[in-house]
Amino acid sequence: MTNFLILAAEEGEHVITAGDGGWWADTAGLMLVTPLIAFLAILAVGKRLKHQGGEIAVAALAVNLVWATVLLVMNMSGGVLDQTTFEIANIGNGLVFELGWVVDGLSIMMYFLVNLVGLIVFVYALGYMHGDVRVPWFFAAFSLFAGSMLILVGAPNLMQMIIGWEGVGLASYFLIGFYWDDLDNVRAGNKAFMTNKVADIGLILGAVILGVTLGTFDFAQLDLESVAHNEALAGVAVVGGLLLFFGAMGKSAQFPLHIWLPDAMAGPTPVSALMHAATMVTAGVYLMARTFPLYENLAQEARPWMIAIGTITLFAIGLLALVANDIKKVLAYSTVSQLGYMMTAVAAGGYTAGLFHLFTHAFFKALLFLGAGSVIHAVHSNDMSDMGGLRKHMPTTFWTFVVGSLALAGIFPLAGFWSKDEILATLGYEGYTLVMWIAIAGAFVTAFYMTRTVALTFFGEYKGHGHPHESPRIMTGPLVALAIPSVLFGLLNIPGVEIPGISNFTEWLGVREVTMGDHHAEGIDFLLAGSGLLAALAGVGLGWMIWGKDRASQQERDRFEIPLLYPLLRRKYFVDDAALGLVGATTGPVARLVDWTNTYVIDGIVNAVGGGTKFLGGLVYNGLDQLGVDGVFNGLSAAADSAGSALRKIQTGRVQQYASGFVAGALILIVLFVFVI
Amino acid sequence: MIVNQFLVLAAALFAIGIYGLLIRRNIVLILLSVELMLNAVNINLIAFESMLDTPEAIGQVFAVFVITVAAAEVGIGLAIVLMIFRNRQSANVDDLNLMRW
Amino acid sequence: MSLDAWISEPVNWVFLVIGLGVLFAAFRVVTAQNVVHAALYLVGALAGTAGLFLILSAEFVAWVLVLVYIGAVIVLFLFGIMITRAPTGLDEGLSADRKLWPALLSLALFVAMAWGSIEAFGTDPVTTTGSATATELLGESLLGRFVVPFEIVSFVLLAALIGGITIARRDLTPVEEEERASV
Repeated sequence: MTNFLILAAEEGEHVITAGDGGWWADTAGLMLVTPLIAFLAILAVGKRLKHQGGEIAVAALAVNLVWATVLLVMNMSGGVLDQTTFEIANIGNGLVFELGWVVDGLSIMMYFLVNLVGLIVFVYALGYMHGDVRVPWFFAAFSLFAGSMLILVGAPNLMQMIIGWEGVGLASYFLIGFYWDDLDNVRAGNKAFMTNKVADIGLILGAVILGVTLGTFDFAQLDLESVAHNEALAGVAVVGGLLLFFGAMGKSAQFPLHIWLPDAMAGPTPVSALMHAATMVTAGVYLMARTFPLYENLAQEARPWMIAIGTITLFAIGLLALVANDIKKVLAYSTVSQLGYMMTAVAAGGYTAGLFHLFTHAFFKALLFLGAGSVIHAVHSNDMSDMGGLRKHMPTTFWTFVVGSLALAGIFPLAGFWSKDEILATLGYEGYTLVMWIAIAGAFVTAFYMTRTVALTFFGEYKGHGHPHESPRIMTGPLVALAIPSVLFGLLNIPGVEIPGISNFTEWLGVREVTMGDHHAEGIDFLLAGSGLLAALAGVGLGWMIWGKDRASQQERDRFEIPLLYPLLRRKYFVDDAALGLVGATTGPVARLVDWTNTYVIDGIVNAVGGGTKFLGGLVYNGLDQLGVDGVFNGLSAAADSAGSALRKIQTGRVQQYASGFVAGALILIVLFVFVI
Repeated sequence: MIVNQFLVLAAALFAIGIYGLLIRRNIVLILLSVELMLNAVNINLIAFESMLDTPEAIGQVFAVFVITVAAAEVGIGLAIVLMIFRNRQSANVDDLNLMRW
Repeated sequence: MSLDAWISEPVNWVFLVIGLGVLFAAFRVVTAQNVVHAALYLVGALAGTAGLFLILSAEFVAWVLVLVYIGAVIVLFLFGIMITRAPTGLDEGLSADRKLWPALLSLALFVAMAWGSIEAFGTDPVTTTGSATATELLGESLLGRFVVPFEIVSFVLLAALIGGITIARRDLTPVEEEERASV
């Protein structure tokens, strides 16, 4: 545990002061455990409760939120830096396996985010999942996810983080395939799990390489090692860093490992909202942020690759949202695109920028997903061609959805504007000008497809067959609850502005073992901010022009078809097909070889052994058993049989013969007793 | 008079009774032979009583009981013979051989 | 006691006569070819036995024998013979064909018993007080020391009575059962 820590920053800009968080930090491990207890409790007694276990899940996160809020306030006012670990095993070579929890700026932010958004989504789920099948299992798996996510973000070392990583992957698998009656949902779950498993190869390899060469798995120690600038380790650090990034690509759905996220929309909407928008998918970005000093100081050569992938993700996948008709798929592609933003930002050196976007995005993306869930609940369909004109039927959902969309599009003064602007500023400052323009173009695309979504869903004439109505308050309440941060939280990090008493987001995040050394803007770059805003407004405008007016059919509305590009987009750049083909091509021959070996070699041996045994068995059976042993028994029984046949003739049924026997016996006895004895 | 004359006589009667039991085919005659045997027993009892001269005439009392029980037994026995005759229309013991192998 | 002494007593002559009569009668019981004859020979044997009882001073028992056995039991037997429709004339099939083993068996039995009693009792005398055993004595004994067996035997008679009636009862025809039930 570290107490007061004052470090001089590299550029002489920032000085970290922090307290040790006192009793709250020492007991913060409770947050990691309560959802797991809830998991077990819901499995045990969930189905007997009124809300089928949802109460327990909500209660667990409510308890957690208390700690998270207290720690956040403590961090805001003075900074908290603390770590509690328990050594489980000594691995050797100076490495130890420890479990515990970290309390610093980054983890406090994540604790707060996961618990707050989690609590809001859980409450929403109480209403959304009401009357659905297997509700206790839903809340149990959801609680398992929450617990694993907290274990992940609270991990003091790579080992525990991987444990949490796998935990969320498992929970994700359960929840994506929640409606397993439909095989497609099961396949989606498998796809998510497998893709993540492929990425995990990189994660684990990277963790091991870094741990062994740098001599520790502990994040704080790794940070110190990275800052120590040992050039000899740079090569290994780059390899390890790239491998870790590969792992992050899986979880955070970067191109080309993004393919699982759209299919993951098969799960219930609260799952999509919490896991696949706000928290789980951000774990990759979190990992990059946690190991930021590594990339900043030792593994700089890995960063261009990371930025490249992030950029492709943010733009190309964003385009796919333009041609999706399923409202959740639109939001899924949007999420992938925004994750690209975050990853690009962090890779480019924007520690605060990327994380600030992660923070704000969690709120408005969760809001959008919950709003979509509200719509789906009312219309009983995910397809936007069954929607239209819903703003009259569902006002609360409509307004909150609009707020979320505007926030996502980056319209001033909503939260998204501030976070996106910070990313643009970082990219510009670090010299990645091309990437910055692509990001601005991405903002245009974002606004474009969100306007399309809002127009198709809420404007025009209702094209479905049911009677849509507003969702119950238990569902619209969370929508409003999420809309407020979507509007206001941008103000927490206006460049150069520090709110008296609680500083700003940048300061909070900066409370780490070492200084992150990322650039902090002194003020708003109005030109850049203006460009971003202009791109977003252009997107909204163009979108409204094309889709705002009611068209008779989806076809007409999508008349906006760029030849050549549209088919490419429709087939999602053939990435899915490529992945499937790759898997088939590699595993096919291997499988056939294994099958051949199994049938001819292994089975051959087994059959030969079997045949030999059979022959020996026959020998024993026929010779020894049939003739010898059976002979004896058969002989015995034949003897008994003939004796019986002979003896039974005594039973003649004639009483007088019995009487003769009697008398004879009596005679013998008389003779015996009278004469002999 | 010696005891043995009566005892030997009783033994002979008993043996004859057994012979009749084993030989006769008619059930009623078998019962008759049984009466002979009981009779032989009675002679024995009375002879011993005379020899021992007990103060309560135990032997004779016993003989009375034997006679009584024999009478009861004949009653039941003949009732059974009646039933057998009714069911099988025959009083021949050779016909009552159902309980055989 | 020697044979002379034995023969000299007149009682023994009487005994001899009666005894031989009894044996003859018994033999005829088991060899008669006529059922009714067999029953009547049994009467003879029983009468002879009653005489032997008298010699042994057992008056009461002798007359009980006559009354019960000859008077009731034999009559019962005769009824039984009649009801079972035994051929009342000559009937050759009354005895079994294989007579050897039973004969040998009974002979052996006789020899064993006789030898046994001779060895045991040699020439022990029977006391002949001259006066018969007092019936009063018998009565006192029956209702004194042996009152419990007495009662039990009367119970046995009751059971035999009821049992005999039940066993030999004619099965009621359905018509008669109806009549009985409706009464």
